[in-house]
Amino acid sequence: MLETALKGSKKYWILIGVLFGLHGMGATAFLYQLSKGLTVTGMSRDVSWGIYIAQFTFLVGVAASAVMVVLPYYLHNVKEFGKITILGEFLAVAAVNMCLMFILVDLGKPMRMLNVILHPTPNSILFWDMVVLNGYLFLNIIIGWMVLSAERKEVEPPKWVKPLIYLSIPWAVSIHTVTAFLYAGLPGRHFWLTAIMAARFLASAFAAGPALLILLCLIVRKVSKFDPGKEAIQKVANIVVYAMIISIFFVVLEIFTAFYSQIPGHMHGFVYTFVGLHGHGNLVPWTWAFAVMAVLATLMLLCPPLRKNEKTLAISCLLVFFSLWIEKGITLVITGFIPNPFDTITEYVPTLPEIAITIGVWATGFLILTILYKIAVSVKEEIAS
Amino acid sequence: MERSRRSFLKILGISTLGLGTLSSVDLLAKAGMGKAEFAPDPKGMTGKRWALVVDVKKLDEDTTQKAIEACHLIHNVPDYGDEDNEEIKWIWTDKYEHAFPGTEHEYLAAEIEEKPFLLLCNHCANPPCVRVCPTQATWQREDGIVMMDQHRCIGCRYCMAACPFGARSFNWKDPRTTYFKDKEPPNPKYPTRTKGVVEKCNLCAERLAVGEMPACVEAVQDSKAIVFGDLEDPHSEVREVLHEHFAIRRKPELGTNPNVYYIV
Repeated sequence: MLETALKGSKKYWILIGVLFGLHGMGATAFLYQLSKGLTVTGMSRDVSWGIYIAQFTFLVGVAASAVMVVLPYYLHNVKEFGKITILGEFLAVAAVNMCLMFILVDLGKPMRMLNVILHPTPNSILFWDMVVLNGYLFLNIIIGWMVLSAERKEVEPPKWVKPLIYLSIPWAVSIHTVTAFLYAGLPGRHFWLTAIMAARFLASAFAAGPALLILLCLIVRKVSKFDPGKEAIQKVANIVVYAMIISIFFVVLEIFTAFYSQIPGHMHGFVYTFVGLHGHGNLVPWTWAFAVMAVLATLMLLCPPLRKNEKTLAISCLLVFFSLWIEKGITLVITGFIPNPFDTITEYVPTLPEIAITIGVWATGFLILTILYKIAVSVKEEIAS
Repeated sequence: MERSRRSFLKILGISTLGLGTLSSVDLLAKAGMGKAEFAPDPKGMTGKRWALVVDVKKLDEDTTQKAIEACHLIHNVPDYGDEDNEEIKWIWTDKYEHAFPGTEHEYLAAEIEEKPFLLLCNHCANPPCVRVCPTQATWQREDGIVMMDQHRCIGCRYCMAACPFGARSFNWKDPRTTYFKDKEPPNPKYPTRTKGVVEKCNLCAERLAVGEMPACVEAVQDSKAIVFGDLEDPHSEVREVLHEHFAIRRKPELGTNPNVYYIV
């Protein structure tokens, strides 16, 4: 099937070219970072994880897109999703690839990466995150590829794929849970030390991933002869509404616990992100952007005419995606380090090389996504004709 | 020489195993392979749970500086300056309100408020940094010392997120090409670090092994401001001073069980 990615319109090749160019820019910045060390980033002794790990955290959520179409299709026989499970699975593949790349660029000694496998350490959550992420990647590559190639040959996929599909459903839950455990189990980091962290991760993942999937479906319909189907898109939109409401609800729960209990450690993180603490407030505009976009998106999605109109639905999905990107891709991770263990504040601002590497990884992920989607769409067009 | 001969023998052993001749493996085993390769220095100190007791009343600017300098010279800790937020800290000072956040109040005794508190890795009995490390690059020895293997560390900095005491430092830049570029590291016997790995206080494990006190303890021994010893030994000096004085630990509510005590 790979050959279908080698034939495409001029626009397809321009897109590939642009993404490849951005990948090159990121790779160059990464070589610079490798030679100088992570000193070229804005991270410090006090804020020791920055946007790399934050992007990783957000993208684990995007990888959830797959399970939100696979589960209804295979467990509840929601036929509309039959056409788009492949889009969800390939989006998951691209997202997990980005996750792994973001971890790689964050390591001080990336050449020693395999030490995680050479010295397996079951008491480390990071070890388990490596296991579940790689497992999820392989599951989605195998499932997506087998089902699509069977579809192309107009035969049933081999029987052994079914158990893998069922396995991929709880596995998707595991990647969010384990990633949330990275944060939720650390003593002294009050902002992260919350039992609903994994639930929050799942809720926001099931909003952000499917929202991106809707946007991608709309793009696919526009640029190809393959139509994912209005009903399928509407059904995914319903999932996004529920997940978004639960996401906001969970944030409200956190705020209540912190401010009604009045325990300083629990309040500080929220005070820092919403209004600033001791004169420091780099994340205040971001947090409000998140809050406004999240509420606006939810209201728009709740309003049936606005949800059923695909133009306004697209705007809502953009708002969902960017609001949750701010929440998990910026504020959640950075605020965890503020204030530091000495109750003082060091601000964090990413540097140019850091932003270049971040854009490079995103571009590489979208390059993978473009190629995979080109293959999927070509096969769908081929069957239809 | 000794070492390469040994690894040659090991390779030989593995190759013979590959050929399936078990008898020759036995022969090699009889020749002494697999026995302990190093004997500990007889002068070395052994303990079950090393601890430090810092008597804050005996500390002043001068004494703390002596302790810090001794440690940093012996371990080739680069001095990037207090203002650099990529600073490497093994042992340092801070005010009470930063050492014990949440316990300060408006009417704190002036003496305590101004005192320099000597801070370092707590060598916790229940260390979260060890729990989270994905490669066992940081681990706990049987005598309680939380160690760091800079050759295995992948630089993920999970331990820095896990440590509630800010005791871990990451080499954001390469000390060899920055701080030690034009000057020799003060102690040729102790390795300098490369960029991309985490480091911290090792309670002078290399000195204990040859029967010497931790450098900070030795540097201030005239004032007896820092006492070192084994908490499991009821007759140790640390147990004696803890018995006589009221001492506190940093953030005990987190359950990490720190082994550095402060007499205030």
